[in-house]
Amino acid sequence: MSSPQPGARTGAAVSKPAVEVADLRKKFGDLEVLKGVSLTAGNGDVVAIIGGSGSGKSTLLRCINMLELPTSGAISIQGETIEMKPDGRDGLRPANAAQLRRIRTRLAMVFQSFNLWQHMTVLGNVIEAPVQVMGVPRDEAIARAEKLLERVGLSDKRDVYPAFLSGGQQQRAAIARALAVEPEVMLFDEPTSALDPELVGEVLAVIADLAREGRTMLLVTHEMKFAREVANHVVFLADGVIEEEGPPDLVYSAPKSERLRKFLATVE
Amino acid sequence: MFDWIAGLAAWELLALEPPGWGGVLLKGLAVSLQVAVGGYLLGFLIGVGGATGKLYGGPILRDILDVYTTLVRAVPELVLILLLYYAGTDALNQIMILFGAERVDISGLAAGIFVIGVVQGAYQTEVLRGAFKAVPHGETEAARAYGMSPLQVLRRITLPGMLPHAVPGLSNLWLIATKDTALLAVVGVAELTLVTRQAGGTTKSYFLFFCAAGLLYLMVTLLSNVVIRRIERYARRGMPTVR
Repeated sequence: MSSPQPGARTGAAVSKPAVEVADLRKKFGDLEVLKGVSLTAGNGDVVAIIGGSGSGKSTLLRCINMLELPTSGAISIQGETIEMKPDGRDGLRPANAAQLRRIRTRLAMVFQSFNLWQHMTVLGNVIEAPVQVMGVPRDEAIARAEKLLERVGLSDKRDVYPAFLSGGQQQRAAIARALAVEPEVMLFDEPTSALDPELVGEVLAVIADLAREGRTMLLVTHEMKFAREVANHVVFLADGVIEEEGPPDLVYSAPKSERLRKFLATVE
Repeated sequence: MFDWIAGLAAWELLALEPPGWGGVLLKGLAVSLQVAVGGYLLGFLIGVGGATGKLYGGPILRDILDVYTTLVRAVPELVLILLLYYAGTDALNQIMILFGAERVDISGLAAGIFVIGVVQGAYQTEVLRGAFKAVPHGETEAARAYGMSPLQVLRRITLPGMLPHAVPGLSNLWLIATKDTALLAVVGVAELTLVTRQAGGTTKSYFLFFCAAGLLYLMVTLLSNVVIRRIERYARRGMPTVR
């Protein structure tokens, strides 16, 4: 399933793509969820990954930082390929744990169910990775975290524990936590799917703001309208393969494949 | 009207210096606490290891741990203490002789700590296993996604995350440990219950001494409760209170 590189994308001309996924396959037992997916995101690209449930879009995103280990294929971040070796059972596992940890600090993931650390305050959550993993001095991390919390509108919640926040506030805190590691690529895994409808807007506003400042983002979402607005590249995944991809206006208004046409009709 | 209570006992028997038995009782309490603390800590080490082994170990390790927790929890503690104390020291001596060494006398204190530790370890394994499982999977996943090593995940996320779920069970086990020490009286460890019986036997003031010992045990529990409440408040800091 190779597909032509859309030349209109902002960062595509740069020699080393921010994220490169090469012929990725993932099996859960007998079920093949990803059947050879290749994908490239240049620096500054906002790639929206859409598709029905079970199409493999979350698995694809989770393979990029190896939360899910692929069966075969390769992932490169800024040209550096994550070293993998056979796991002895017809799959792959990381060959270099230190390299994987280092690459993971350059990616930042925002989860569907926030996954904030419940025993830490909002501030504690935001400074945890910089202080514990990257060795940033605590004072510096706190100063930066305060700016980030201001940015996502949570300055007054810095000393509150996550369980006392609304879903929207928790997700904004999780976005601040992601920004705190100064990631080269941000991975969003259905960031608004667990939210009450009236809280979706506040989170989307923060994400749109990040897209505007030129951050490289991969975004798995069900918010079709939002994806069209913020993304400069849309990937439609169906049954573990990329069925169609291209600039949002083309994908949305002139879908070539029958499945995408049907999918768009059901979600709109 | 309290004359009968005052007359019930010869209070001077509780004096710290002989012929009073107060000092002996306090020494017995110190031994009890040493056994309880030592056994509890040993049990905690076994518990953390056992819980990790049961959750992440291979099938053989899991089976061995299952046999351990089931056996220890199935047999009455008194029987276990007699078994581990007499059979344990005997086995140790047989091994020593086998290697050409002299028979050794195992100190009652060390044996007591070992026995309480083995019993506590089985119960703590189960308490900690439940607590480990109560930490949301997403939290450890996020920790990995942000580049933490397995040890960092354990230290920064899993252990503090499971604490609120473990504290009630672990506090119960601590209080049980303080009282299980009394069972060691049957094997001759000079802990509080044994010395109380000696004091009562010698002076015939059973009522006085057993009340005094009971009060000492109560004090231990009350003080423990104060500490436990603090730990629990700290552990549950991120959790909304349910009324």
